[in-house]
Amino acid sequence: MKIHKHEVIIVGAGGAGLMAALYASRGGADVAVVSKLYPTRSHTGTAQGGIGAALGNLDEDQPIYHAYDTVKGGDYLADQNAALVLAEGAVEAVIELEHMGLPFDRTPDGRISQRRFGGHTREFGKELVRRACHAADRTGHMILQTLYQNCIKRNVNFFDEFQVVDTIINDGVCVGVVAIQIGTGEFHIFHGKAVMFASGGWGRCWSVSSNAHSMTGDGAAAVLRRGVPLQDMEFFQFHPTGIYKMGILITEGVRGEGGVLINNKGERFMEKYAPSAKDLASRDVVSRAIYDEVKKGNGIKGKDYVYLDVRPETVNRFFAEEGRKERIDAAYVEKKLPDILDFCRTYLGVDPVKEPMPIQPTAHYAMGGIPTNVDAQVVIDENWTVLPGMYAAGETACVSCHGANRLGTNSLVDLIVFGRRGGMHMADYVKGVDWTPLPADAGHEIESEFKRIRSSRGKMKPYQLRAKMQEVMMENVGVYRTEKTMTEAINVLRELRHEFRTNIAIDDQGYKFNTDLMEAWELGNLLELAEVTALSARNRTESRGGHSRDDYPKRDDENWLVHTLVCRAGTDDDPQYTINTAKKVDMSLAETDERFRPKVRAY
Amino acid sequence: MKVTFKIKRYNPEIPGKDKPYWEEFTLDNVEPTDRLLEMLHRIKWEQDGTLTLRRSCAHGVCGSDAMRINGVNHLACKVLMQDLGSKVTIEPILGLPVLKDLVVDMEPFFDHYKHVMPFFVNDTPLPADGRERRQSQFDREAFDDTTKCILCACCTTSCPSYWANGKYVGPAAIVNAHRFIFDTRDQAAKERLEILSEPQGVWRCRTIYNCTPACPRDIQVTKAISEVKLAIRKGSPEGIIKVTEIVERVVNA
Ligand SMILES: Cc1cc2nc3c(=O)[nH]c(=O)nc-3n(C[C@H](O)[C@H](O)[C@H](O)COP(=O)(O)OP(=O)(O)OC[C@H]3O[C@@H](n4cnc5c(N)ncnc54)[C@H](O)[C@@H]3O)c2cc1C
Ligand code: SF4
Ligand code: SF4
Ligand code: FES
Repeated sequence: MKIHKHEVIIVGAGGAGLMAALYASRGGADVAVVSKLYPTRSHTGTAQGGIGAALGNLDEDQPIYHAYDTVKGGDYLADQNAALVLAEGAVEAVIELEHMGLPFDRTPDGRISQRRFGGHTREFGKELVRRACHAADRTGHMILQTLYQNCIKRNVNFFDEFQVVDTIINDGVCVGVVAIQIGTGEFHIFHGKAVMFASGGWGRCWSVSSNAHSMTGDGAAAVLRRGVPLQDMEFFQFHPTGIYKMGILITEGVRGEGGVLINNKGERFMEKYAPSAKDLASRDVVSRAIYDEVKKGNGIKGKDYVYLDVRPETVNRFFAEEGRKERIDAAYVEKKLPDILDFCRTYLGVDPVKEPMPIQPTAHYAMGGIPTNVDAQVVIDENWTVLPGMYAAGETACVSCHGANRLGTNSLVDLIVFGRRGGMHMADYVKGVDWTPLPADAGHEIESEFKRIRSSRGKMKPYQLRAKMQEVMMENVGVYRTEKTMTEAINVLRELRHEFRTNIAIDDQGYKFNTDLMEAWELGNLLELAEVTALSARNRTESRGGHSRDDYPKRDDENWLVHTLVCRAGTDDDPQYTINTAKKVDMSLAETDERFRPKVRAY
Repeated sequence: MKVTFKIKRYNPEIPGKDKPYWEEFTLDNVEPTDRLLEMLHRIKWEQDGTLTLRRSCAHGVCGSDAMRINGVNHLACKVLMQDLGSKVTIEPILGLPVLKDLVVDMEPFFDHYKHVMPFFVNDTPLPADGRERRQSQFDREAFDDTTKCILCACCTTSCPSYWANGKYVGPAAIVNAHRFIFDTRDQAAKERLEILSEPQGVWRCRTIYNCTPACPRDIQVTKAISEVKLAIRKGSPEGIIKVTEIVERVVNA
């Protein structure tokens, strides 16, 4: 096995990984970024609406308001210290992105332009505030491009199309990862002093998903298998507006620009569910409202979707009703939402300027993940014990600034703020520690696991198992859940795991670009994470944020202001999971400020 | 609807398949609104797991799945079956070495990209108030189009000049240079214009116009190239993109 030695190894080249790479490199470390996709293909590039920061360019704004919205949006499960770091760090980080060349849209006086987004308010919920900094509806694309460009400028080492398949922990220290070079099928070891997982989410566990095919949670699954816990896995966000059946995301920015949700009676139904914020209430609230409308028979044509309407005449009518002065026209919509119009015209044959868009909630974002502190160091228990050398940032991490439900625009902030902090921390850390050697058998275990998968000659094709998993997760561990549906899901997932371990067929026996094999391995990760999600969800006997149970419809602050930590022991064939709920939510802001204490969440 | 797919295949590891060859697959129950990418997935998943392609986002924004579809470059995830008919021919994009089936070696493409200094340069002191550099809406609009590039290579691999000479930097690299040359905040326009006036630079472009229709992001590729050419002739990007041209777009925003 070829061994590469770099002080800092970063797994993933999305926003989080690239930001960390830049800062670790600026801090003087020798950095290698290992990514299964070419960096510019990373999912960060699909983020549309914006990145939140209290710049106050258009409305009076302060980081503490942003922190408040984040905590409230997270249904009080966010660690408040992390939410504050996020909100305060956002301002500096966004300005820095501009300095790195990011072409934000501009205000008439040449500053970074900002728009409204769900749940973002001024003065602790008083009114919606323009906080989302944007570059048309391709903000994530511009962030990804800008960071990659800056990494090229700094000559950061890239290992593109190398897929990390295992992590190496020696004597309680993380010393590297094992990766397969996709083009050759060869195994490589990356030996480092610090390893960061920035490998993104696992939205492909569900059948209707906004996530790319590559979002298979490889990093989270790989560390879980090595005994690192995963935190708050029950909290997975369903974005209210995915294109019907396809799941392709329609940004909240559409509603930020005045778009409204309409049921089959032509009602703007969010007025009933969230009288104040209406269509821009938190995502969990809006997704549930859509499900409730559908349940009442108010779906369009009696089906399981509703309309998102951004036709100027509709928007202007509601602006007038609300006494708002602004008016929009077709050219404005074209300018502000070009990609959205393109998606709808391409995939639906619907022109949103003339017709409403059919939408339904779509699996979107993992609030949970690899637990870290605010410096992106991985922490493995309720006492915040650090696993030396291991870091995580971005969607795969759980710091937890998003709590039970992430606010729109806050993921991009998370990538930038915690990617940056992690990068800086790693640069310092590697200066102060010696190299821990690799274990003698590094990489052997995963190599034989791949041999095993490759030689599978069973009857099931991986896609069949994947489709079953995605359906059962959508039906049973989706927007609404109960004990019964989750137990059912867990049983099905166990069967699927058994099939996966004993009865799959791999067609491709080659080594070069064997995507058949890699997809099968990725399915194993999805199955693992799906099961952990269902187990964590069943264990939490309350409803909070993105986790809504029909059998426990209320939030229970007495018992559940705690994080879930799941650990895995046992073998891949017969894993044993333990769930620990001893980790308390950080309430440091609430200690001095009444407004941060949990209360009923109304929008 | 029943559709036949004729796919150009190549597998360097299997004797007999290590020269490019055509293979046909047939799918039933194809819906007009299905994406071609889904059909390729169906073939791979249901019929032949060895069929190899790159893909990720499935909605036309990551740039992974450029291929030659019925003779024209496209992203497989951005083409609907209703636009392809019942016989579809699929090949890897041209001009880059094929590695396996529809997967080509992207390294030469990214090397050209890196060659044009595709990164922001401005070494002047940052604003004293610690805030963003200011830029007018007009100045921002001037390079808006070329910021949309997703580096899919559809343009470059449809360019006859590039096919004839793989050393030509190609339209994608020029588009990405344009993005910086016409950004008023950037200061390395001169260096980039020098790079692009080299023999393998913009003058290789014979304005054959294949690249613009190939772009899945609707970037006016040829227009960008001609603006770069003008800037080289003039020795500076100033005054080339006329305010009158962008006024309307900005006023509408
Ligand atoms: C359609 C859409 C729109 C969104 N819009 C917004 C928005 O407007 N605002 C907002 O704040 N958030 C938004 N989000 C959420 C946000 O974009 C993501 O959460 C975020 O980009 C994740 O970034 P990341 O850096 O953690 O991971 P990603 O960008 O997903 O990158 C993951 C990286 O890890 C690599 N990788 C994965 N597995 C492996 C492996 N095994 N080995 C090596 N490398 C690996 C990949 O190659 C990739 O480079 C949106 C999400 C979606 C899906
Ligand atoms: S216009 Fe220029 S770059 Fe485009 S295809 Fe023609 S020769 Fe190539
Ligand atoms: S200019 Fe268009 S076709 Fe060319 S690489 Fe960029 S996005 Fe692709
Ligand atoms: S898969 Fe991303 S562009 Fe087609």
